[in-house]
Amino acid sequence: MKLSRRGFLKLSAAAALSTAFGGIGFALKPAALDRIAMLKPDWSKQTTTACCYCAVGCGLIVNTALSGAKRAINIEGDPDHPINEGALCAKGASIYQLAEGTPGQPNPRLQKVMYRKPYGTKWEAKSWDWALERIAKNIKRDRDATFVTKNAKGQTVNRCDGLASVGSAAMDNEECWAYQAFLRSLGLVYIEHQARI
Amino acid sequence: MTNHWIDLKNSDCILIMGSNAAENHPISFKWVTKAQEKGAKVIHVDPRFTRTSAKSDIYAPLRSGSDIAFLGGLINYILSNDLAFKEYVLNATNASFIVGSDFDFKDGMFSGFDEATHKYDKSKWKFALDEKGVPQRDMTLQNPRCVYQLLKKHYSRYSVKNAVDMTGTPEDKLLEVYKTYAATNKPDRAGTVMYAMGWTQHTVGVQNIRSMSIVQMLLGNMGVAGGGVNALRGESNVQGSTDQALLFHIIPGYMPTPTTAQPAIADYLKLVAPVSNDPKSMNWKKHYPKYAVSLIKSFYKNAEPAVGYDWMPKLDAGQNASWLVLFDEMLKGKFKGFFAWGMNPAVSGANSNKTREGLTKLDWLVNVNIFDNETGSFWQGPGMDPKKIKTEVFMLPCSVSVEKEGSITNSGRWMQWRQQGPKPLGDSRPDGEIMFELAQKVRELYKKEGGVFPEPVLGLNWEDMGGEHGFDVHKTAKLINGYYLKDVEVKQPDGSMKVFKAGTQVAAFPALRDDGSTCSGNWIYCGSYVDSDPAKGNRSAKRSKEQTPAQAAVGLFPNWSWSWPVNRRVIYNRASVDATGKPYAPQKPILAWNGKGWDIDVVDGGGNPGTVHPFIMQQHGMAALYGPGLNDGPFPEYYEPLDCPVSEHPYSKVLHNPTALTFKGEKRAVCDPRFPFVCTTYRVTEHWQTGLMTRYQPWLLEAEPQMFCEMSEELAQLRGIKNGEKVWLENERGKLWAIAIVTKRFKPFIVQGNIVHEVGIPWHFGWRFPKDGGDSANLLSPSVGDPNTGIPETKAFMVNVSKAKKA
Repeated sequence: MKLSRRGFLKLSAAAALSTAFGGIGFALKPAALDRIAMLKPDWSKQTTTACCYCAVGCGLIVNTALSGAKRAINIEGDPDHPINEGALCAKGASIYQLAEGTPGQPNPRLQKVMYRKPYGTKWEAKSWDWALERIAKNIKRDRDATFVTKNAKGQTVNRCDGLASVGSAAMDNEECWAYQAFLRSLGLVYIEHQARI
Repeated sequence: MTNHWIDLKNSDCILIMGSNAAENHPISFKWVTKAQEKGAKVIHVDPRFTRTSAKSDIYAPLRSGSDIAFLGGLINYILSNDLAFKEYVLNATNASFIVGSDFDFKDGMFSGFDEATHKYDKSKWKFALDEKGVPQRDMTLQNPRCVYQLLKKHYSRYSVKNAVDMTGTPEDKLLEVYKTYAATNKPDRAGTVMYAMGWTQHTVGVQNIRSMSIVQMLLGNMGVAGGGVNALRGESNVQGSTDQALLFHIIPGYMPTPTTAQPAIADYLKLVAPVSNDPKSMNWKKHYPKYAVSLIKSFYKNAEPAVGYDWMPKLDAGQNASWLVLFDEMLKGKFKGFFAWGMNPAVSGANSNKTREGLTKLDWLVNVNIFDNETGSFWQGPGMDPKKIKTEVFMLPCSVSVEKEGSITNSGRWMQWRQQGPKPLGDSRPDGEIMFELAQKVRELYKKEGGVFPEPVLGLNWEDMGGEHGFDVHKTAKLINGYYLKDVEVKQPDGSMKVFKAGTQVAAFPALRDDGSTCSGNWIYCGSYVDSDPAKGNRSAKRSKEQTPAQAAVGLFPNWSWSWPVNRRVIYNRASVDATGKPYAPQKPILAWNGKGWDIDVVDGGGNPGTVHPFIMQQHGMAALYGPGLNDGPFPEYYEPLDCPVSEHPYSKVLHNPTALTFKGEKRAVCDPRFPFVCTTYRVTEHWQTGLMTRYQPWLLEAEPQMFCEMSEELAQLRGIKNGEKVWLENERGKLWAIAIVTKRFKPFIVQGNIVHEVGIPWHFGWRFPKDGGDSANLLSPSVGDPNTGIPETKAFMVNVSKAKKA
């Protein structure tokens, strides 16, 4: 549809009218109104979070539907938070789309465990159990094969030289701690992540 | 950050250099603007005029990689005009210390250099000690071997002319910056610096920051409201992930990774605990043995500390296992298995072609992420033939932040607890659950089959990180804080005895012990989770804005979340008061002695005023104008980036940092006519890091849909390029297309009388998504790094730019 500026203004005025008289029942009800209604505590759970992008640490409020798919229905800046006082940048304001994708379209997030076999040309979907068992076997096989108790000088090193890891500043503190403890218990020394680059 | 975000509002002068805060940390500008509204000057020094420049009072352009010429000039300006804050310099810095006779500096080189290893013998840089082992001092600052005089001598070469010649900054702008910033030398005025990867990603990265630290010490800007040295960290929890030591060289709480030089626990405890015989030096690190033993007990609580220490992997003494080395070794086939967990190294690592080829040498790769990425799908990337690539790849879907519970630590060290909103989407799982279950499966195999050195695998304290229902984030947070493993009787200040029962959370790190009776996964987080009841104990979840009027005046918010260490909001705050405990800035104090105790912030170190040197983490209690611990010298010295547009500079005959981390086969472009333009990398507001968490959002992608290259009108004219046309960027490492943005934001620099052009590219794109979005800027960046950190030099390298031929 081609619209002149004048035509657009007319349409906007009609939309404003229909919103104003929404309660009387003769207007089209925009979808946004439903979401606002759903933000009421009767319909959604309200939780607080901190932004996952830069390290300013802005606070956000997440509203999650209590019925249906029980997905997030709105994410916005937390006005009580002393750092951002409700404000967000373009990225922080898009966390809803990061989590939920675009309504009406498939969510592009990874939702299945995927596997590519050696020399394979495609991904195959697998179960968590299958994948974690196979990875665990790989870890054990290669740890046992590459573990060094003493270096060339005969000094005790008790390390695994055949495995390495990078990541992740995107994890929570508790996950970071557990991850480094796990890697160090296996004997890894090649442990690096975003902070180095 | 030594300070925190809200504290920016207390500043009188904000220097933003090596950062584009307005675009990359947008909400920080809420507080920069508050300061500006109260009369503070905002200065932006950057190769490109950005939105940060547009908001600043002064903008000074500078060629990428020449920062030490600029900052060394500022140090010289302060010293030669006698502008240092004398009382502060004498009482809070090592200016008065006498340096030993082995230290020397000649024509770009410090004493102790070994040509064969390209390393310095740092023992040549020691202080001269008195008979008690305390550094000798000259309180008149006249001794030619005192730090102040050596500093003055070192920077006497850093003239305004030399700075202008190398940086390309116009002289009037340079002097305006020097004058404006140096005006924060008054006791009641504070200047601060906001920097980011524009300073770190250089072969002189650490020395860039050291240069500014020296400025801050000379002007008395450290430890005060509106001051400090503030690294703007770019990832939501990169502060926390560093604290928790997901790095080769440290273990949690910034203690060094054990090496073969410390075969037994006693050797290690001796290494981590420096000795000071100065009664006024708190030398806080003397407590590290308590923290180290408590850490070992958090890993292996049923083992004796000596045994737990033996189970920890040891580096070879002097071994570097940092990022660039890791990928170099990967390319040589050293690793069989590799985890890329919540990272996309195929885009983020310097020299992407090298990184991507490295992945083909692995037997298996575990890639944990929210989206399919260039790392997990490397085998189907540009130039790859899947049929020839052996790597087995597992791509595991993890949850987004709002789907899980746990804490993250922001740039200002605030540890903030996040609640769970929706449950994980589809089959995705929180990272903690994935690693917990994987670890249990590995343990099952070792239990069933035995294996090589199984003790640490079986002995790791998983019971304090989870249980039957998997990973338990509260249990892990409590372990990181630490608890008593045995009943412990402690003498109280009033002489009475108090018993702490086994299982009780430790209140703060001064209570940690070196006899194995306490555990703590990270001493700097001890005090964050102090009661087993989350409602009472989990301080990172606190959301109270209650504060005293004095706290409110400086925006301290001590009851909102929790800040390490011990909820101290401004580190080194002891430097903000004089010897009687009176604040230097009475209009905005962060600390004040009330006759019996300290008010406002949690004091650094404790004790009465004037009894303690202020920089308690330093062995001698003083801020280090002279820093003998770094690998490339005790004073920052000017060197060009390893790829550079000049063949010499006026400071010495040594063109590059002689200790830079380099690799065989890495080619350098030095005045190479094939690659005549300086190139730098950066970010845009709408994308983040490798773009993986922003490219898939149409709201963001429509604003910044594809790879671009910003260039000056002058360069565009030279190369016959019009705005919006496709161009190729190229060097010895790779080739990359981009859409030209011809802009006034870049201007040619005059360097040593010659025109030097610089271009800039974002690093948010990758071949996987979107189609026609472009690829990684790091295809062009070099795998060379800083000698202290190993951080790659991705902010200054050389390229050619040419118009793409019509298809």
